[in-house]
Amino acid sequence: MAVLKQIDPTERPAGEAAPAMPRGGGAPRREEGRLPRIDAHGGETLAKGLGWFSIGLGVAQLVAPARLCRAIGIEDDGEATTLMRLVGVREVVAGVGLLASNNPAPWMWARVAGDAMDLSLLGVAMTDDDAQRGRVGAAMGVVGAITALDVVTATALGEGAAGRGASMHVTKAVTVRRPVEEVYGFWHDFENLPRFMTHLESVSADGERSHWVAKAPVGTVEWDAEVVEDRPNELIAWRSLPGARVENAGRVTFRPAPADQGTEVRVEMDANVPAGPLGAMVAKMFGEDPSVQVGDDLRRFKQVLEAGEVVRSEGTPEGARARRHLNQRPAQPLPAGE
Amino acid sequence: MKATTWQGRNKVEVEEVPDPRILNGRDAVVRVTSTAICGSDLHLYDGYIPTMKKGDILGHEFMGEVVEVGRDAGDLKVGDRVVVPFPIACGHCTPCTRGLTACCENSNPNARLAEKMYGHALCGIFGYSHLTGGYAGGQAEYVRVPFADVGPVRIEAGVPDEKVLFLSDILPTGYMGAEMCDIQRGDVVAVWGAGPVGQFAAASAFMLGAERVIVIDRFPYRLAMAAEHSGAETLNYEQVDVPDALKEMTGGRGPDKCIDAVGMEAHHSSTAMYAYDRVKQAARLETERPFALREAIQSCRSGGIVSVIGVYGGFVDKFPMGAVLNRGLTIRAGQCHVHRYMAPLLERIYAGDIDPTFVITHRMRLSDAPTSYEIFKHKQDDCVKCVLTP
Repeated sequence: MAVLKQIDPTERPAGEAAPAMPRGGGAPRREEGRLPRIDAHGGETLAKGLGWFSIGLGVAQLVAPARLCRAIGIEDDGEATTLMRLVGVREVVAGVGLLASNNPAPWMWARVAGDAMDLSLLGVAMTDDDAQRGRVGAAMGVVGAITALDVVTATALGEGAAGRGASMHVTKAVTVRRPVEEVYGFWHDFENLPRFMTHLESVSADGERSHWVAKAPVGTVEWDAEVVEDRPNELIAWRSLPGARVENAGRVTFRPAPADQGTEVRVEMDANVPAGPLGAMVAKMFGEDPSVQVGDDLRRFKQVLEAGEVVRSEGTPEGARARRHLNQRPAQPLPAGE
Repeated sequence: MKATTWQGRNKVEVEEVPDPRILNGRDAVVRVTSTAICGSDLHLYDGYIPTMKKGDILGHEFMGEVVEVGRDAGDLKVGDRVVVPFPIACGHCTPCTRGLTACCENSNPNARLAEKMYGHALCGIFGYSHLTGGYAGGQAEYVRVPFADVGPVRIEAGVPDEKVLFLSDILPTGYMGAEMCDIQRGDVVAVWGAGPVGQFAAASAFMLGAERVIVIDRFPYRLAMAAEHSGAETLNYEQVDVPDALKEMTGGRGPDKCIDAVGMEAHHSSTAMYAYDRVKQAARLETERPFALREAIQSCRSGGIVSVIGVYGGFVDKFPMGAVLNRGLTIRAGQCHVHRYMAPLLERIYAGDIDPTFVITHRMRLSDAPTSYEIFKHKQDDCVKCVLTP
């Protein structure tokens, strides 16, 4: 087995550009084996705030239309209060839509349309003799500012949705009743990983570099990775090389467990899952919750090292597998040939 | 092969299913010569245990002859006559090495299913829902036995099946119930439940040095069996108020140790109490009817031990935690770690200290399983334990 030298994760071979990181907010954190998180939530947070604002304003408009008319400098006759109430209904509907909808972008644009309507109504009010022009002007200024905020948020939401991937971060731990050297050694030989990581078809290692082949709903997804840090019996960290369609990195730490209980193994895995069909495929491979997949992997890892085999039942003949949990075979022997 | 399969609430059918075969190196296949229906099988029959699928083969009390071995099945050989313990244990995880085989961390491929509900994985069990792995059970002609180098215990020739069959579950379970009581000289032990497990718990309590054992149930024939075969005193809870009677029988002290060998489908003579829990259980708002447990806690002498071996599956309403805390009670519970009791109890059987056959009241063929379940469930014909032969 090749001895792996310590690699500074921030050091780049001469002439190689830094790998392009997906767009998103938040400063990248560069621990060994970690990827920067994409913050796709800035626009969504704003949208939620504006949603509550809409509801609050709408309720006020419904409940005290006359007072609000006077506040913005319009005469509070029957026509005006009715109009104010209708606007209130519109605000509440927009607010509820923003808060409740999975896709707030169209509701945001609806708000912008509402703002435009408000601005034109106020513009008309300016021409009215009974209006207090100073107040109407101030109201227009406020609405104008809110309109700008709405437009910015709507645009951000739109961009976010188009480029939205997600960062996947999983942490799981398991204790294996074998000595640290044995557990570290088993993981260190990456070619062992498919024995318990069922989403992997094969891993071939060549010194610090390795080639990974993962099963996909159709065909395979392949990438190259390198070992970023290797502290014998303590830590292995690896990272996909530039060009991987799904950037991923992982680190596993090993620590003696108390008394005679063996080794504590802690796995952290990160992946930047792209939007679009590739992301959907990765989601399928890992099931709804990637930590469940990794949890099953570690369960099998423990079984292989402690019990010598992956345990199989008639209900779950492939051994522990997240997808089987909801789709058990009946607990009877498999037919011949299965 | 023929096997008893679960087909829904109150319905089992003996069906033709595929024969089992070796799937893993540590497997063996056993041809079943005797098998039995357990009281906990009735919880499956009554539909209280979730994750059952139509077609699941039931049964976790079985013994027979090894007909096939995997390459890593230890020194087990084809032709060996074995009794198989009901928990499936790998033998190498920390709980297994500490003798807690019913806490095995590796034997349940559906560990994740149980984890959400119970906090951690449950160990694998033969024929007891997919929560415990979805293993095919032993009320069949053949069974695949995983980790066969760890589980099955060899039986010498010349000993009838009936004498040793109950090493698979109920005898060690009753024994562990009594052992958990940490019985001291002079102890009075009260046992709720005079079913087979309660019978063995009472017998074991005497074996472990109890001064007196009082068995509580509502079926006179079962109480009579406990009195005759173990020398226990008896109480019928439909005729007396049990906590009062226990105090009276023990000079006002109450029993020193209490064993709950009833579990989640208890009955109760107080109509109101029963109605409350029964209705909630029927509406699936409560998963258990914990009368025996509550009564055991109420009755137990302060500073005593309540040992729970009756099966529970979920959550219990109105648990008398105040009594537990304020009177310093210890509650010990568990599925039986059968593996560690089999050899010692087998020696006891060989030595004639106990003859477990006294609980057997019915002997039927495997094909009569549906009838057996009904007789056993409704305690017809003075049924205590039913043994089936394929």
